[in-house]
Amino acid sequence: MAEIKVWGGLRPAIGGAATLDIEASTIRELLRKLEEQYPDTAPFIEAGIAVSIDGVIYRDSWGQKLPSSAEIYLLPRIEGG
Amino acid sequence: MSNNTKFTGQSFKSVGTRPLRPDGLDKVTGRARYGADIQLPGQLTALILRSPHAHATIKSIDTSKAEKLKGVKAVLTSADLPDKNKGDQDLFDILDNCMARKKVLYDGHSVAAVAAIDAVTARAALKLIKVEYAILPHVTDVDEAVKPKAPLLNRKCITQGVEPTPKKASNVAKRTEFGHGNTETGFAEADFVKERNFKTEQTHQGYIEPHACVASYSPDGTAELWVCTQGHFVFRQQCAALLGMDVSKLRVTPTEIGGGFGGKTHVWAEPVALALSRKANRPVKLVMSREEVFRASGPTSATSIDIKIGITKDGTITAGDATLRYSNGPYVGPWAMLGAMTAFACYDLKNVRTVGYEVLVNRPKTTAYRAPSAPMAAFAVESVIDELAAEIGMDPVEVRIKNAAKEGSQSSYGPVYGPIGIGPTLEAAQKHPHMSAKLGKNQGRGMACGFWFNFGGQTCTDLNIAPDGTVTLTVGTIDVGGARASLSLIAAEELGISYEDVKAVVGDTTSVGYNDMTDGSRGTFSSSMATIIAARNAISILKERAATMWEIPVDKVIWEEGHAKATGKKHGNLAPLSLAEIAAEAPNTGGPIAGHNELVADGAGVSFATHICDVEVDRETGRTKVVRYTVIQDAGKAVHPTYVEGQYQGGAAQGIGWALNEEYIYGDDGRLQNPGFLDYRIPVCSDLPMIDTQILEIPNPNHPYGVRGVGETSIVPPLAAVANAVSNAAGVRMTHVPMSAPRILKAIDSAQD
Repeated sequence: MAEIKVWGGLRPAIGGAATLDIEASTIRELLRKLEEQYPDTAPFIEAGIAVSIDGVIYRDSWGQKLPSSAEIYLLPRIEGG
Repeated sequence: MSNNTKFTGQSFKSVGTRPLRPDGLDKVTGRARYGADIQLPGQLTALILRSPHAHATIKSIDTSKAEKLKGVKAVLTSADLPDKNKGDQDLFDILDNCMARKKVLYDGHSVAAVAAIDAVTARAALKLIKVEYAILPHVTDVDEAVKPKAPLLNRKCITQGVEPTPKKASNVAKRTEFGHGNTETGFAEADFVKERNFKTEQTHQGYIEPHACVASYSPDGTAELWVCTQGHFVFRQQCAALLGMDVSKLRVTPTEIGGGFGGKTHVWAEPVALALSRKANRPVKLVMSREEVFRASGPTSATSIDIKIGITKDGTITAGDATLRYSNGPYVGPWAMLGAMTAFACYDLKNVRTVGYEVLVNRPKTTAYRAPSAPMAAFAVESVIDELAAEIGMDPVEVRIKNAAKEGSQSSYGPVYGPIGIGPTLEAAQKHPHMSAKLGKNQGRGMACGFWFNFGGQTCTDLNIAPDGTVTLTVGTIDVGGARASLSLIAAEELGISYEDVKAVVGDTTSVGYNDMTDGSRGTFSSSMATIIAARNAISILKERAATMWEIPVDKVIWEEGHAKATGKKHGNLAPLSLAEIAAEAPNTGGPIAGHNELVADGAGVSFATHICDVEVDRETGRTKVVRYTVIQDAGKAVHPTYVEGQYQGGAAQGIGWALNEEYIYGDDGRLQNPGFLDYRIPVCSDLPMIDTQILEIPNPNHPYGVRGVGETSIVPPLAAVANAVSNAAGVRMTHVPMSAPRILKAIDSAQD
């Protein structure tokens, strides 16, 4: 499983760490396990978390696969103009 | 059929050409219908009563006299718009902004509304509404608002994102942080370190069409809304939630839009119009005046940004640090966070840290404005990079090329980049004739880079083939800049027919599935993806119908150049069937032919731009004129190059206005002093040179045609590009936007003292 990195704003909700060790094959599984293992992340998930897979940002696609060699980075879900 | 959206590198016949837009004739002849053009039988006129105070408790509202006035059909206060979404803070904030409850939080905050038979009666009714206020201390300046003794907007506001959680309330609603490495180590490695504070004033998107809508609420609980909006499905969701309606019972029809730029992504008066219509049992039209648009819709943030950058003598940036304070109005948003994410995104930095603070102030609710929050952050970063380049005696383009992010660089906001275009835009700038053109007296040249994320989102598209073989394309993303032309080109490309045979329309909320709004530069990116797949689905059906007509297996049919062609020795002599010929036989081969697609268009590629600007500064008056301007930006693939250029030019024009003239000016009483285009001056044609553009095409690997969003990035570099040009022309570093004549004069005078 690839290392999952998180943005600074989420770190207090996971005990201050910059990375996570969660076994997940899809974005849905990752977010579900994130909330199960770190309940303080629930408000962040509710507000929206985007998942960057090798630099490509996915905001909505729960079914997206997480390749084992990919860089996974959790980001806040952003809006534009 | 699978949603395969990977780039294939195909060549194009229609895409990349420049036909006239289908909405052009209606717009230039006045036939196009905008929000205020809708008329219904029995329609009432609505007006809103707004607070003259920046901050006050509402002690009482007496509407009795207004209600008795002849011709008044409904009077509305917050009591008519109760909170139907207990516990949803975001929806409550929207509701409170639409109609104040216990407190007014800015000059212009709505407190009551009337619907009457005409505007004269409505105005008279507003004067009869008596509101008793208890005035509270206010704060409108972002730096003043963060001070410990600043007046508090919300006594329950405890800063989020800080450990341990603060015990005292403040106006700092949220803290966010991004970055990697160790900035202190990085600064220790630098030969030069520059630290500065930069300020930008609040600006409005300046769309020419004010917010306007017509609401018609039926006693059976259904309703219709015609509105100028960037997202009619989002408006439907929010209005239905705020009014306690079933979503499917509210039909929202988008009108043409006279500019939005992020300002029409939020509801302002629409829930009020619907509630008035419900109360009056008549259709209600509500059109904001220009003054109301300035005072009570959503401008961008005012900011105060501290920047520190370290560099070595050979031009390597060793560390970057930014603290960004962004005004949010009275309700918390993501604005400083977006500034923090984008500030250093153009560069490959080993050590970077950005911290954003969302600050509540007594100003209207901040809203998205084209690449929201990025222009201010870029202004600060790009200004300091220019100063450092001068300090080490290196060309400013060269310094940026040396430090530019590339494929594999870790972005300052976190992830590693895929293929990106910042390097190519810089190299194109370096080679551009503008860069080496001679400057005149009192002229200066500046350049700057900018970044925006771009994104996709939920999208649904219907493609219907008429019996004569022409095609109707129904999309659910609002056309803000020529998308109907671009999407028609895409459909024509896929089907192999001419652009003139495709008619693209934006459907209402009952005629196509849910679509996210047109923001994040997603309109053409996402709807083109859905259109391509919808067209491919239609082609599958067309091939089946041709097989039926020929009485051959469908696997012997291919689609080429707008025709079904039979393949194989046995069938190769059959004459190709055109789309029109197949469509004509549709009644006998299975009925109507259509293609449909719904998807989440994720995988939008990030976008970069480099701008070059020449200005001339009058050293006696401080007046500045932009004499030459060039935009270089990566489009992935320019579907309709003219409208891509239009986006580049429009973003640059707005950025130039922001850089030189535009600002919200508040008096000591907390009231907006310049809510009109005479005193809030946006650039007009005579203020600007022809803005030159250069489109780069570095394909987005996650779009079938390589398309990237293009609408927003072009507003990111101008504040910095103009500031660098003015600073070079005036001989003094400009740190406060807008660089209006008095500010430039003051800076020149201060430098001479």
